[in-house]
Amino acid sequence: MVDLTDRSPCAGSLPLRIGTLTVTEVELGRLTTVSPFLGQRRLSAQRMEAAHGIPWPEPNRTTGTDAARAIWFGHDTVLLAGPAADPSLAQSAALTDQSDAWATMRVSGAGAEAVLARLVPVDLRPARFEEGHTARTLIKQMTGSVTRTGPDVFLLMVFRSMAQTLVHDLTEAMEAVAARG
Amino acid sequence: MRIDGKGLVDRSRPVRFQFDGIGHTGFEGDTVASALLAKGVRLMGRSFKYHRPRGVLTADSAEPNALITVGRGGRQEPNVRATLQEIAPGLEARAQNAWPSLRFDAMALNDLMWPFLRAGFYYKTFMWPRGFWERLYEPIIRRAAGLGALNGDPADGRFEKAYAFCDLLVIGAGPTGLMAALTAARAGADVLLVDEDSLPGGRLNAETHLVSGVPGAGWAAAAAAELADLPNARLMTRTTVVGAYDHGTYGALERGGPDRPAETFWRIVAERVILAAGAQERMVAFADNDRPGIMTASAVRAYLNRWGVASGQRIAVFGNNDDAHRTARDLSEAGVEVAAVIDSRADATCDLADVPFHAGAVVTGTRGRLGLRQITVKTDRGIREIDADCLAVSGGWNPTVHLSCHMNARPGWRADIAAFVPTAGSVPGMVAAGACAGDFSTAACLRAGQEAAREALGDLGQHVPPAAPLPKTEDTPYRIKPLWSVPGKGRAWLDFQNDVSVKDVAQAAAENFRSVEHMKRYTTQGMATDQGKTSNVAALAVLAEVTGREIPETGTTTFRPPYTTVSVAAFGAGGQGAGFAPERRITSHGAAVARGAPMIEAGLWRRHSYFPQTQENHWRQSCDREVAYVRQAVGVCDVSTLGKIDVQGPDAAAFLDVVYSNRMSTLAPGRVRYGLMLREDGFVMDDGTAARLGPEHFLLTATTAAAGLVMRHLEFVHQAHCPRLDLRLMSVTEHWAQFAVAGPGARALLNDLLDDPVDAEAWAFMACGPVTIGGVAARLFRISFSGEHAYEIAVPARYGESLFTTLVRRAEAMGGGAYGVEALNVLRIEKGHITHAEMDGRTTASDLGLERMISGQKDCIGKTMAARPGLVAEDRGQLVGIRPAGGDVSLSAGAHLFDRGAAVGRETSRGHVTSVAFSPTLGHHIALGLVAGGRGRIGDTMRLVDHMRGVDVMVEICAPVFVDPDGSRLRG
Repeated sequence: MVDLTDRSPCAGSLPLRIGTLTVTEVELGRLTTVSPFLGQRRLSAQRMEAAHGIPWPEPNRTTGTDAARAIWFGHDTVLLAGPAADPSLAQSAALTDQSDAWATMRVSGAGAEAVLARLVPVDLRPARFEEGHTARTLIKQMTGSVTRTGPDVFLLMVFRSMAQTLVHDLTEAMEAVAARG
Repeated sequence: MRIDGKGLVDRSRPVRFQFDGIGHTGFEGDTVASALLAKGVRLMGRSFKYHRPRGVLTADSAEPNALITVGRGGRQEPNVRATLQEIAPGLEARAQNAWPSLRFDAMALNDLMWPFLRAGFYYKTFMWPRGFWERLYEPIIRRAAGLGALNGDPADGRFEKAYAFCDLLVIGAGPTGLMAALTAARAGADVLLVDEDSLPGGRLNAETHLVSGVPGAGWAAAAAAELADLPNARLMTRTTVVGAYDHGTYGALERGGPDRPAETFWRIVAERVILAAGAQERMVAFADNDRPGIMTASAVRAYLNRWGVASGQRIAVFGNNDDAHRTARDLSEAGVEVAAVIDSRADATCDLADVPFHAGAVVTGTRGRLGLRQITVKTDRGIREIDADCLAVSGGWNPTVHLSCHMNARPGWRADIAAFVPTAGSVPGMVAAGACAGDFSTAACLRAGQEAAREALGDLGQHVPPAAPLPKTEDTPYRIKPLWSVPGKGRAWLDFQNDVSVKDVAQAAAENFRSVEHMKRYTTQGMATDQGKTSNVAALAVLAEVTGREIPETGTTTFRPPYTTVSVAAFGAGGQGAGFAPERRITSHGAAVARGAPMIEAGLWRRHSYFPQTQENHWRQSCDREVAYVRQAVGVCDVSTLGKIDVQGPDAAAFLDVVYSNRMSTLAPGRVRYGLMLREDGFVMDDGTAARLGPEHFLLTATTAAAGLVMRHLEFVHQAHCPRLDLRLMSVTEHWAQFAVAGPGARALLNDLLDDPVDAEAWAFMACGPVTIGGVAARLFRISFSGEHAYEIAVPARYGESLFTTLVRRAEAMGGGAYGVEALNVLRIEKGHITHAEMDGRTTASDLGLERMISGQKDCIGKTMAARPGLVAEDRGQLVGIRPAGGDVSLSAGAHLFDRGAAVGRETSRGHVTSVAFSPTLGHHIALGLVAGGRGRIGDTMRLVDHMRGVDVMVEICAPVFVDPDGSRLRG
């Protein structure tokens, strides 16, 4: 019997602490993209709510909590993070397991917005990008997902293969912010 | 000379710095220019073309003369304005464009040659012989004329790029900007106030006006402090807005310091903008008006009032407006001797006692080799010589309209102030206010700032508070009578940075370069680092004069971003080293590097090239060994970089029939089929496989290089061409780590590891399905790129590294091992499989021998276009194999092929080599290529020529499959 060991996308390079900021790797659980088939969004939303207790998020919004979170993930696509998707959803939507496809990092601490201002071309002021807001956008040169989960807390997701690059880019931005004092 | 009791610099904090190898002491708050002037240093540079001695002209960012080089090595920065460069301990500044020294510059000979070097000289003189311009004349001229230089080392300073967002952006923190920012911020708007100076306040720091009964500088400091305390206001100093772009986006450059990035390039998005950029004082053109010691009057006041520095010991003032008189008054009050006040207006009066005053007089010339000594004044009572070591000149004020013109609007002329002002509505969302809109008194600026802010609040839909009472301050009317140039012999300079004189502009007009844009190109006026900030209006006024036109009719040149110079390093910030592009790493990256594998780029991916063993010292040795693993035992290769696309839905199969040239809907679940995709124009886009995982579930593969392209193409076809087909596309490239296990021992190796073994019957060639390995759900595909009995096994990426290590260890025990992309390439060439070297965007299915893959039974993207006669012609380049004729010789990719005996030339090329390899299996080199009518030339001998690598050999054209043409190894 073979014994395969697992390794997280950021193993060995996180956590990272510079100045007042911390970056840690986050294990969101199972990641499943849920893309409703033609005309089945409402049905998919009902099934999501029934099975996982979280409403279907509008564009640029998230719903749920750490235990089960639905993150808007692009055109007609929601990323269900936490539990395995309920089989009932497969009747009305394409489900794809993405659990190992994304590197997820939490950037937290005073100045988190200043760090992201060096990487993300989106208005992240608290009044415009509130807790629970999310965006599919660029993180420096990578397409990723940015979500605010707290006053000074953001969740960043990039392709697993690019985890090292995001750590590099965050390090540079955090050093620059820390240098300004 | 410092004046006691004057200035805002901190006299208790001396700062040592160097200029041109000489140590100087200034104070905290000094610029290089103010500190040097305080020491009586007037000579700070040499001019661009004639190498004339030049001193500081302004006290701000428009400075054309005092350009210096600071720093050393990779941090050497040329063309830094001495007026902006703050002094810091250890700062090393040097003069530029002078040799051997600033005081004795050999190239000053150019100045004696001036009658030959005037505008247009190059165009007329260096016309012949042809070709000399590029090789001889231009290099010499470039060396003689010039600005500072980089030293050639890579920039090693830290540069940054960043984004900022706000409700209201206020550009300029003078009285207008401060009042605007205060008004809007107090009302609750999110305000960003930026100023290029290190100290907010603008002219308030340079004048003696009282605001609310306190000195202007004090009022400005209090306003800045209030803004700093407000949570909804941000004040950025040392930041210049350099460009206005679409949708409320502005570029800005923040200068750094020792403990911060050298420069930060900001992209600011604002809903509303108040342009409070102030105004720039202009010069008057008279003979030899460029000597060190001749400055704008406002600069003389700024050095006096802000830095406590008298710019000379005996200062004369020359102007055409009331503002000039302020200079004399400030100097007098500070105890500096005023040699004369010269006002060109005949009706002017002067209320200063003890100051010689000349109304209706002009300065006609100056003396002093390295600095001003004497001026010549023409009065109605005759010519007078007046001794002065500084001349403060005011030709009036030009509102800083630049940003309002960045979207191609032109400014409007206002005759009452003899200046251009921004045109309303020229940049959506932006309003110009204060001095930059032509309101020059402090009271008018405060009023304008408040009004603009209230208007902006209304536009933003926010509460507009009633107008608060404004601070009391001066409200002097601005009275001016235009004076652009003083007639006379000698050169009267307009553009100090480019050495353009009134004569040059007249010459341009005489040669019919009468349009202001043509004049600019002919004379170079307004070019280089300062972009003519101190000269543009005067030059076009002179042009208007000599061409007998009005100023508005003559018009301005085009204002383009950036407003000030921006380092390329700032635009490219973050792009050095690992920041250049994202690096995509496979899960076996660490394991491969640990085995010494060089990682090579494949798009953004890094792939293992080969796995060297200790006794091997050439990649070919490793590669040959790895090929032999696959042909004779078993090899393992990480192929995770191939694009993997999940297609699900009731219409998935129908959709695949549209995008693939061959039929996919007939594929049975549990089977894989090779597929070809065409572009809409009929050429081949990519090839890959489609695996049917379930009735409504397919998994496609795309080549590493084309994965993104294919995904985009599929989305486009679905959304644009067949939106009614019910299916969903999702990339799963990143979720799965996938490994090829290839070679005669492949099945045995897998069966050692899989929880349930695979057999020949259930797992025939092109089978696929779920398996488990160590309890982990995996996918297995019996596909082969190498031509051997092979599989690809995919596991969730978290197990990738572990599985790779396990597979390799097992393969090694069986006499095989890991193989890299070099071996992968050799294997596929031996088998005649194509990659993007063959699918180069110009080849068709027919060229590649795949014409039968375009199904006749259905339509597909690109089918009709692929049938065009030109795309199926028999004389097109067709895929063939190539091998040496006779003994083994080295072949090269990119070489061209010629008929025997034919001349070698572009016209006689019959095709080219696309891929080449040494085949350890066959013991000689092999290649793939595209040869005109190639399928009809099997067996022909041709000449292969590669001029670049010096290859010229005879080759034999053969079928493109070198190993196992009947596929028995593949299916075995």
